[in-house]
Amino acid sequence: MDASAEQKYNLKVVRWFVVMSAIYLLVGTLAGTYIASELAWPFLNFDIPYITFGRLRPLHTNAVIFAFGGCILMAASYYTVQRTCGTRLWSDKLAWFVFWGWNLIIVAAVITLPLGINQSKEYAELEWPIDIAIAVVWLVYMFNFIMTMVIRKSSHIYVSNWFFLGMMVMITYLHVVNSLAVPVSLTKSYSLFAGVQDAMIQWWWGHNAVGFYLTAGFLGIMYYFVPKQAGRPVYSYRLSVIHFWALMFGYVWLGAHHLQYTALPDWTGSLGAAVSIAMIIPSWGGAVNGMMTLSGAWDKLRTDYVLRFLIMSLAFYAMSTFEGPIMSIKTVNALSHYTDWTVGHVHSGALGWVAMVGIGALYHMMKHTFHVEMWSTKLINAHFWTATIGTVIYIVAMWVSGIMQGLMWRAYDEYGTLAYTFAESVEAMHPYYAMRAIGGMIFVVGVLLMVFNVLMTVRKSASEGSVQKARTATVTA
Amino acid sequence: MTNKVKPKGLQERFEVNAWALVIGLMLVLSVGGIVEIVPLFFMDSTFEHNKHPEIVWQRQDGQTLKDHKAGDGVRPYRALELAGRDVYQREGCYLCHSQMIRPFRDEKERYGHYSLASESMYDHPFQWGSKRTGPDMARVGGKYSDSWHRKHLRAPRSVVPESVMPNYPWLVETPLDMDIAARMGAMKLMGVPYTEADIAEGPAEMEGKNEEDALVAFLQVLGTMAKLDDSKVYRE
Repeated sequence: MDASAEQKYNLKVVRWFVVMSAIYLLVGTLAGTYIASELAWPFLNFDIPYITFGRLRPLHTNAVIFAFGGCILMAASYYTVQRTCGTRLWSDKLAWFVFWGWNLIIVAAVITLPLGINQSKEYAELEWPIDIAIAVVWLVYMFNFIMTMVIRKSSHIYVSNWFFLGMMVMITYLHVVNSLAVPVSLTKSYSLFAGVQDAMIQWWWGHNAVGFYLTAGFLGIMYYFVPKQAGRPVYSYRLSVIHFWALMFGYVWLGAHHLQYTALPDWTGSLGAAVSIAMIIPSWGGAVNGMMTLSGAWDKLRTDYVLRFLIMSLAFYAMSTFEGPIMSIKTVNALSHYTDWTVGHVHSGALGWVAMVGIGALYHMMKHTFHVEMWSTKLINAHFWTATIGTVIYIVAMWVSGIMQGLMWRAYDEYGTLAYTFAESVEAMHPYYAMRAIGGMIFVVGVLLMVFNVLMTVRKSASEGSVQKARTATVTA
Repeated sequence: MTNKVKPKGLQERFEVNAWALVIGLMLVLSVGGIVEIVPLFFMDSTFEHNKHPEIVWQRQDGQTLKDHKAGDGVRPYRALELAGRDVYQREGCYLCHSQMIRPFRDEKERYGHYSLASESMYDHPFQWGSKRTGPDMARVGGKYSDSWHRKHLRAPRSVVPESVMPNYPWLVETPLDMDIAARMGAMKLMGVPYTEADIAEGPAEMEGKNEEDALVAFLQVLGTMAKLDDSKVYRE
C-alpha cells in the first residue's frame, strides 16, 4: 500500500481510466473478432445494416485505438506525470472533464458509426461535431498535462513525459488538419481536401496516428513502466534522447509510404519510403533501450507476469518496426499493398506491441492505484499466453494470406494471361480468414480473463477498503 | 528521475523547461508534414491535366452536367451519382474496395489504365482505399450491366459464389432522402465546378429513386468520364 501516493496524487481519475480501458479493450477486440469472422463466414452479416463489415470495422478501429488506447494512455500519462514530477495534477476538475468528455465521445462513436454516420477517412471516421469535441477534450488533456510539468517538484522532466507530450502536440496537428470539413448537416460533412491532397493528408494522419498515438504515447508508457516493474533504471539516457528526437522528427514523414505507385507524385512516396527505412535505427534504439533495462534482472521474467507482457511487447515492437520499413520499400510495397499483409503488420503492432505494453501498464497501475495485489496472478499468466498465442496465429495467417494474394494477383499462366480471377484469390483466403478469426478469439479469451480479474480486484479492494485505508493512513516523511 | 549525465546544453534546457519542450516539439513535428503536403497544392506536376488538359471536361457556356458524354473528361458527379457516392461512404465500401489502379501490367489487364490524380480531383473526400478485400472500383463503370449490379448488391454470392461481401438488400427498399442541393452546394463552396443550373436540376434527378439506383449510378460512372490514351505518358 502506497498511502503517501494516494494522498499526494490524484489516483482516483487514474483508477477510472484504467478500469474503462480494460472494458474497452474487450469491446474493441470483440468487434474485431466479429468482423474477422464476417470475412470468413459472410452469413454473419445477417443482412442487418448496423452490423455489416463496412459499418463495424470503423467501430472496431475506433474502439481499440481511441477507447482502449486513449483511456490507457490517459491513465498512464496522468499517473506517470504525477509520479515523475512529484506533484499532484495541476487541476483535478480538468482531469475529470477529460475523463467524462472522452467517455462521452466514445459513446457517441458507438452510436453513430453503426448508423453509417462517418467521414470515410480511416481512423478519422467520426463526424464533425464529435471531431470538435475530440479537439476540445484533447487540448484540455494536454493543457493539464503541461501545467502539471510546469508546477513539478523534480528538477528535470522525465523521458516518458517527453514522449507523451510529443504525442499530444502531434495528434493536435493531425486531428485538426485532417478533420477539416464542410458540414452539410449535423451528421454529414465533406472533407475540405480532395483527391491526391486529401489522400496525402489522410495518410499523414493515418500513419502518425500509429506513429504518435500508438507508438510515441506507448513508448512513454514503456519508459516508465518497464523500469518500474523491473526495478532497474533505464538502460541508457543518451539512447533515450536520440530515440526521442529521431522519432519525433522522422515519424512525421512516413505517411507517404502508404501511397506508393498511386497517383501521388513519385517524389513524395519515395521521400516517405526513404525516411521509413531510416526509422529502423531509432525504433530499434528504443526497443534495445527497453530490453537492456532488464540487464541484471532477467530472472524476474520467471516470476513476474506483468514484466513478461512488457518485454514481449518490446519484442513485437522490434519486429514490427523492422517489418514496416521493409514494406515501405517500393518493390516490396508493390506486392504487399492492398493485401492482408498490411493488416497483419498493423496487428503485430497493435496486438503485440500496443496492447501488450498497455496491458502490462494496466496491471501495474491496478496494483499501485487500488493498493492491492491482483485478485489472481494465475489469470495474468493465462492472459499472457493467450495474448501471445492469439497474436502469433493472427499474424501468421495474415502473412500467408497477404503474400499469397499479392502473388496470385500478379501471376501469369504460360499463355501470358492472368492466371487467377480476383474471385479465386478471395476463395483462397478462406482458410486464413478463419485462422485469423480463431487467433482473434484466443486473444479475446485472454482479454475476458483480464476484465474478470480487474473487476474482481476492484471488488477485493472495495471489501478490504484498501483505497480508504491508504487515504487515511498516517504518512511519515 | 533527475539525470545529470549531460552538462548544460539544449537538451537539458528542454528537460527543465516544459514550455521550451512544447515549442521545440511544435517546430520539430511540423517539418515533415509541411515538406510533403504543402507542395502538392502548388506544383503543377501534381495534376496530369496541367500538361494534358483534355483529361478534364471543358464545359461550354450554358452546358449542364447532362450535356457531358462519357469520355469528354473528368466532371463533377451528377446529383444521383453524388448521392450514390454518399451511400458508398456510409456503407464503408472504401474499406474493402480501392479506387486507385497502380501502373503494373497485371493491374492494367485486370482493372484498366492506371489512375491519374486528375481523375479524383473533385473527390471530397478521396476514395482511393487501402485494401482490396474485393476488387478495385476505379474503372468498374460500364463493365457490368445495371441489372448485374443490382443482383450483386442484393446478394453478391448469387452472381459471384466466392464473394465475402455482405448483402445490401435494404438499399433498394430505401427511398433517397438527401438534401442533394445542399450537398452539391457544399462541394461548390470547396471549388468543385458545379453551376447554379447543375444544382437546380439536382433534386429532380433524385425523384422516385432509391439508394440502390443511386449507388448503381455511381458505380457505372467510375472511370468512364475521361478517355485515356495508352500511347501517352501521363505520369513520369
